[in-house]
Amino acid sequence: MNAPISIPETVPDNTNRLAAIAAGEPFTSEIHPELDQEQSCLETRNFNLHYGAKQALFDINFKVPKGKVTALVGPSGCGKSTLLRCVNRINDLIDIVKIDGEMTLEGDSIYAPGVDVIELRKRMGMVFQKPNPFPMSIYENVVYSLRIDGENNKKVLDEVCERSLRGGAIWDEVKDRLHESALGLSGGQQQRLCIARAIAAEPEVLLMDEPCSALDPIATLKIENLLEDLKGQYTVFIVTHNMQQASRASDYTAFMYLGRLIEYGPTPTIFQKPHLQETLDYVTGRFG
Amino acid sequence: MNDTQTSSDKQSSVPATRRRISSPAASLISRAEPALWLTGGSMVLCMVMIISLLSFVFYNGTKTFWPVPIVEATLHDGTVHMGEVTRRGTFIPPASRLDEMPESFRKVVEDNDGEASRKLIRTGNFRVSGEHFNWVADFEVAEGGLKEPEWAVLLERLTWGRFYGTPLKFQIGEEVVADTPEATWEQFKSHHGEVRERRERRRKLEKKGLGKLNHAMEKRRLAIRQTELEFGKDSDEYRKVVEDNRQPLDTLSQKYDALVKEIQALDQENARFVMTMQTASGQDVDIHVSEIVRAYPANRLNAGNKVGIYISRWIEYLTSEPREANSEGGVWPAIFGTVLMTLIMALLVSPIGVLAALYLREYAKPGPIVTVVRIAINNLAGVPSIVFGVFGLGFFCYIMGGTIDEIFFSEKLPSPTFGTGGILWAALTLALLTLPVVIVATEEALAAVPNSMREGSYACGASKWQTIKRIVIPRAMPGVMTGMILSMARGAGEVAPLMLVGAVKLAPELPFDSYAPFLHLERSFMHLGFHIYDLGFQSQNSEAAKPMVYTTTFLLILIIFLLNLTGVGIRAKLKKRFKGSAV
Repeated sequence: MNAPISIPETVPDNTNRLAAIAAGEPFTSEIHPELDQEQSCLETRNFNLHYGAKQALFDINFKVPKGKVTALVGPSGCGKSTLLRCVNRINDLIDIVKIDGEMTLEGDSIYAPGVDVIELRKRMGMVFQKPNPFPMSIYENVVYSLRIDGENNKKVLDEVCERSLRGGAIWDEVKDRLHESALGLSGGQQQRLCIARAIAAEPEVLLMDEPCSALDPIATLKIENLLEDLKGQYTVFIVTHNMQQASRASDYTAFMYLGRLIEYGPTPTIFQKPHLQETLDYVTGRFG
Repeated sequence: MNDTQTSSDKQSSVPATRRRISSPAASLISRAEPALWLTGGSMVLCMVMIISLLSFVFYNGTKTFWPVPIVEATLHDGTVHMGEVTRRGTFIPPASRLDEMPESFRKVVEDNDGEASRKLIRTGNFRVSGEHFNWVADFEVAEGGLKEPEWAVLLERLTWGRFYGTPLKFQIGEEVVADTPEATWEQFKSHHGEVRERRERRRKLEKKGLGKLNHAMEKRRLAIRQTELEFGKDSDEYRKVVEDNRQPLDTLSQKYDALVKEIQALDQENARFVMTMQTASGQDVDIHVSEIVRAYPANRLNAGNKVGIYISRWIEYLTSEPREANSEGGVWPAIFGTVLMTLIMALLVSPIGVLAALYLREYAKPGPIVTVVRIAINNLAGVPSIVFGVFGLGFFCYIMGGTIDEIFFSEKLPSPTFGTGGILWAALTLALLTLPVVIVATEEALAAVPNSMREGSYACGASKWQTIKRIVIPRAMPGVMTGMILSMARGAGEVAPLMLVGAVKLAPELPFDSYAPFLHLERSFMHLGFHIYDLGFQSQNSEAAKPMVYTTTFLLILIIFLLNLTGVGIRAKLKKRFKGSAV
């Protein structure tokens, strides 16, 4: 990379394109061809979202490959969390949200009329920005999604609890106090517990909304190691602010800006030889 | 990198900041000294008001039962008053009486702007003198006329109030077994126990034995009446029921007569024990030992005796029924009624209030209608409680109770069962009164449940109700408890509406007994708050009732405090379950 030479050449071009996006001119996402070879788990077509009068997502067309970790990066307010929260329709809780376009999970439409939202959410797991363990014991937290399905067989629950806590890399820390309140755990432990809770019901896709942003570096490191372990087992769709995290843990990276998907491709390419200058500027920390 | 370099350069190029020198006044404000004094002062003012009220009630409420010495005051005109000094004060004697008094005393009164000091002596002996209390001015007392006689004895009786006198002689049947104060007192002490025990047995027979028989007979009579109402007097069914019940009714009334005989025998045995007392004015009065609840020679007591009497009076107060128009005896029925009514109220108000708050906070779409509903609920808290009482009387007692009577208790009409004031209607009325408190507190608790928890639950595939049931309600539970505590404190202390919907001066029966269905929610009940009102303002012997007002107030505050403490304890336990919640 010959950055010192290329910067003066491309900066004007770059600002023009960003200004054009800000002015609302149409923009076509740069999708790398590698993605066409992947089997897709989640797909959107011409997906738009409005908060009241304000549009937050513009014609999003992309797909999340099955069994891979896909990271979504971009500056604050670019709509990446909004997009993630559309996948399991948590945005439905906000009255002013209006959606058009299509989104499918394994070919099943998510926003078609008559879709059972509860059944849909059972096919996904979600980890939130701030750890949000429920006010109950560690054990009950993990088996929550089984309990609400009416599963009360202790053998099944015990097995799921151990498997999920091991999956969340927290089993060794909590195995002796499964029946104590989950709220007594540290922030990092709570977040790993939330990951264990999210994978307890064997979801088809695991959604993660900046899972490390509220954690200290050591807790972050543990979660990142956990992400490495989850790679290959689950389809993971993760929103992150942290470039190192995205480059280390993900297979594919999408860059969003002002509600548009700018560029989407294999992580090494996006971080080293992106097709667009804006992406390079963002991932190298020149703006955003 | 370059950017940050330049910006830091810029910062350092700014000239050294000037020191800000502020005026002393500004520094006072900025250090918030006046604010500290203002807020602290308000707090101290509140504390002083509350603590002085509580300590006033505590002091007056706890000293009521402490035995005080009996004084005997002989006046210039030869009148003698014997009793306990309950109050001291001053008054302005009329000029005519000033002329009568000795020179030395007149001077004291004149020096004191014409005010003379006096004592209120509780003289008792109402049947003899027609007075319970007598004011005795200090100048009226003869030289050396104020004594504490050794054998002055105080009798607390079942009827006619207290008696103050000197024991003269003790009779068993016709035989006089003692004729000096000391021997009489010894005789009284040795026989009082067995006489009281017989009296207690008699009372039990009357209440449990006769009560049970009465209950059984009433049941059969009602069955006959029910048949009469259904089929008429000329029907075969009616004749059959009358025939079927004749034999059992006869047996019952025979048993009844036998019991009455047994009671009479006990009464006769007790009537043999008579103590003759001499009043201060020299009259002899025969008093049946069975009438005496408690007696003590007040001026011969040592500290241990006094503590014993104090404790025994408290026990009587807390466990027995009132006598003498509530100014003597205990308040057990009122304690029971207050606690039961408050608990029923809490049981009724919390589910309704919590569910209503859940709808408002979790289901209803915020908008003008919800706002109006909220305002209406808050206004409900400002409606005078007597209005709730009137509503309760009209709606619960007459409309609901009347309908229940017509459908289920037609055989008892025209005497109402549910169609009049009762503990259930009182609890419902107070539930209505305290509903806003519960709704507002619950709504606040629900609003404080972090949205992240709700989202987490939805993301796990939980439905709205599952989320509410498993996440929101457990998390909001401490706040809900706060609402319940507040409503219980409000409800237990309320009096005005209760007077209309079931609280009575003297309830013949507790709302709970051994006859099915055990809990009789239709019955009227006694309430400590109403008891205070009744003692303080409706009693004929108001001077004697006054100390009891303080004691009852103290007790009511104590009970509300204990109820609250229980609530706070449960809340603390719930909070502990959710401790360390960082979100």
